[in-house]
Parts: sequence; structure tokens; C-alpha cells
Amino acid sequence: MENLKALFEAVVNGDAAASRSITEQALKSGTDPMRLVNEFMVPAMDEVGRRFQENEYFVPELLISARAMKASLELIRPLLTARGDEPLGRVAIGTVKGDLHDIGKNLVAAMLEGGGFEVIDLGVNVTPEQFIATVNEKKAHIIAMSALLTTTMPAMKTTVDALKQAGMRNKVKVLIGGAPITQKYADEIGADGFSETAVGAVGVAKKVLSKAV
Amino acid sequence: MHPLIKELIARGPVVTDGAWGTELQARGLASGDFPDAWNLTHPERVEEVARAYVAAGSQVILTNTFGANRPRLGAHALADRVAEINRAGVEISRRAAGGRAKVFASIGPSGKLLMTGEISESELQSAFAEQAIALAQGGADALVVETMADLTEARIAVNAARATGLPVVACMVFDSGKNKDRTMMGTTPEQAAEALTAAGAGVIGANCGQGIAGFAVICQRLRAATDQPIWIKPNAGLPKIIDGRAQYTTTLGEFVAHVPELIKLGASFVGGCCGTNPSFVQAVVRCLRV
Repeated sequence: MENLKALFEAVVNGDAAASRSITEQALKSGTDPMRLVNEFMVPAMDEVGRRFQENEYFVPELLISARAMKASLELIRPLLTARGDEPLGRVAIGTVKGDLHDIGKNLVAAMLEGGGFEVIDLGVNVTPEQFIATVNEKKAHIIAMSALLTTTMPAMKTTVDALKQAGMRNKVKVLIGGAPITQKYADEIGADGFSETAVGAVGVAKKVLSKAV
Repeated sequence: MHPLIKELIARGPVVTDGAWGTELQARGLASGDFPDAWNLTHPERVEEVARAYVAAGSQVILTNTFGANRPRLGAHALADRVAEINRAGVEISRRAAGGRAKVFASIGPSGKLLMTGEISESELQSAFAEQAIALAQGGADALVVETMADLTEARIAVNAARATGLPVVACMVFDSGKNKDRTMMGTTPEQAAEALTAAGAGVIGANCGQGIAGFAVICQRLRAATDQPIWIKPNAGLPKIIDGRAQYTTTLGEFVAHVPELIKLGASFVGGCCGTNPSFVQAVVRCLRV
């Protein structure tokens, strides 16, 4: 569908206005919103991620693509909620206690949303208690933690320990990311998953939930 | 060229200082605490760090004001103390310098993205103007706009700093892209050098980012793209968590081994960023004085 391919292009090129108007038209003419997400927007995000990995795209390009994606999602989301569509999962995301950096966290949140997750963004400087409260109150399936500083990374371990203390460790999946974060560190603290990139985070989030029985 | 800059580089490469955050942590700053607040609560410990660099041979020391702009201070409930924290930071460094070193006051990024509308250009203009004026009032010899990733933000900061009449150093972090030669926002050394020279920066440079090994190429490219002196302040590699503590992987010896090439490629000001300390400065001084 010529018109819908343009949606893929709009997201990849970061054209929020085009993304919104194509989505509007498509929905009006009866296109299934999930088809828009799965056939055009998710592949667009994957392409954006690929270009970032290949160093063709930098943070500004990621940001405008995420903005174009959000413009489309704003129209799609109410329709999915209205018909009772469940998101793939609910993710409580935040930058850990003591850390105020959020560019990466915001990109991951945008990608997860585009990927079909419901995202509860707790912002920055988020304590273990706040993560746990969100899991309880909003029934989040995943806690996604971000840290930019090696000095604040330890708060990730503290949060995992707090989950264990509360007897909740097996009730939620823990994903981590951020500049100093490695798979090794994720294994060390017992996190369920780690991604080096925002786009990669979507795949990891899907993987950890599919393992859940 | 500003007379102060001319005077400094006349006698050869100028040694700047090293990391402050880790030095403050060694003196009790807790992980996650805001270093700039110590200008008010623990000025004597901040002064110790400054003195250690002067004693190690730094000809230029910076100030503990990297995050002391209104947007960043706001996140720590200190927005009403912008002037105080900045002035105190300069006064502390000046006391420590005691006339033996120049004080170049640090202006770091706002932490907010212009692109997403988190902050506006006019908010950035007021924030950097407010900080620059306070630093100038504190008696800074020059201003250093450092660790910038966004060229528009860097230009705004340089403009605000220039309005004080002080000489301005402008440096960015080149740690992204296939060749680690772009800032996070995609700016190249050439784009940075051109725009920041046009904005009135008297010294152009690169700090932090990817570890010292990558700085030779950056230095060379900056040197080719501007007539202004070049400021190089690499970090000692990227930190790894070893036994629960952050450790920087570049040793003092490895760091200093890169210095002669950086001088050859045109660096006029040399120092260190994250992971360095006064002994790195001592080693750089020894290396240059041979």
C-alpha cells in the first residue's frame, strides 16, 4: 500500500506531521491500527536502530524519529485501549536514584511504546521503593533501569536486592541499560536483561516476557 | 588573541588540571551527591583539590562549578543560589591558586535537550549569562565552556561567556560515530571549531569522552579548522566497575605517553578529565619540561 509505505518513511525520516496525517487517513479508511504498528512502525523503528548502529544516525535523528512515531501512536493508542487491546507488557522505567540523566531513558521509553508496550515513565532519581510501588500499583511486568554514571550504577543492585527483600523478585523482570552498563554487570546483579541500544531494548523486553509462563 | 592567552602560551604548552569529581569523592563526596553544592557546604575540601593541582604544577586550574547553571541547580533545589555557588567556586580556586596559577571557571552543559523542547534557547541564554556573570564577579581569569555535545547550546554558552569580556575556552566531547569523532549530537570537530571560533571563543578544544588514544586525530582536526589555540583534556579511558568501585583503565604512564604527540599535533593547553588526578598532572609537567 503506497500510502502506508509512506508511514514507514515518515518515521524513518522523522517527519512527525506526515506520520500523523498518514495515520489519521489510514485509521479513517478502516485500517487496523495494529497493522500500522506491526507492519510499518515497528520495522521503521528497527531501521532507525540499524542506522544508529551503523553510525549513520545520531541522537538527533533518533529523537525526531521517536517524535514521528509518538505522533502516530497518539492517534492509535486510544483505539487500542477502547477495544480492550492489551499491551505486550507494562514497563516501569526510570533513571536510578542519584542520577538525573534521561536522554537514553527517554529514547528507550519511546521505543518500547512504539514496540507495543505500555510505559510508565517514573522520571529520574527513582528510588527502589518507587520502582516497587509502581510494580504493585500498576501491575508492571518489567522494571527498566537506566544509569549514566558508574557512581549511580550500584543503585541497580540495590533495587534488585529490594525486590528480593520484598519477596517480589520473581514477580517482575528487571532490565538495565546506560553508558557504563555491560552484560557482565547485568549478570552480576541478577538482572534479566540488558541492551546497549534503545531499539535493542524492545527485543530484550519481548524476550524476557516470552520466557515467563 | 586575548593578552592572557597569548601570555600563557608564549612560554610553550600550558598544563591545565585534572578531574575534580573523583578527587572530591576521595574526600567524602557520596556517590550521587552534587559536587557543586560543596562550594557552600565543604569549601575547605574543594580548596584541597584545587591546592593539590596547583602543587602538582597546573598553570591553569578550573573551578567546582561544572553543574552550577540554573536548570541543573533546579534539580537539586539550589536554583536560588546560582550566583553564590559560582562566586564561591571561583573564590575557592583563587585562594588555592594564590597567584601561582590562573583560574579558568568551568561552565558545563544544562543537561536538557534543546531538540525535544525540554529547554528553550532563551532559557539557556539566561542560564549561561547568569552563571558567566557570577563567575566573572568571583574573579575568574577566563571561562571554560566544557563537555558540550550540542553545538547550539555550546554557541549560546560561548556568547554568554564572551559578554563578560573574559577570554573563553570552548570544548566539546567527541565520543560518538563510527570513528568516535563526533559529539553525541553528530557534530564534527570541523563544525565545532568553525562555529565556536565565530562565536568568539579564544581557545577551541575537546575534553572527556573516549580516552586519550583517540584525541590525536581530534586535536589534528581541530588544529586544522581554526587559528585559535587548541585545548585538549582527555579522560583516562572509560571506567569499569571492579570490586564495586569505578576504576579508570588508563594508567598514568599510558596517559603521559600520548602527550608529546598531542603537543606535536598542535595542543597548546593539556590536562586531564575523568579518571585523572594530581599525579597525572605532575607526570605531564615532567614530560613537558624535559
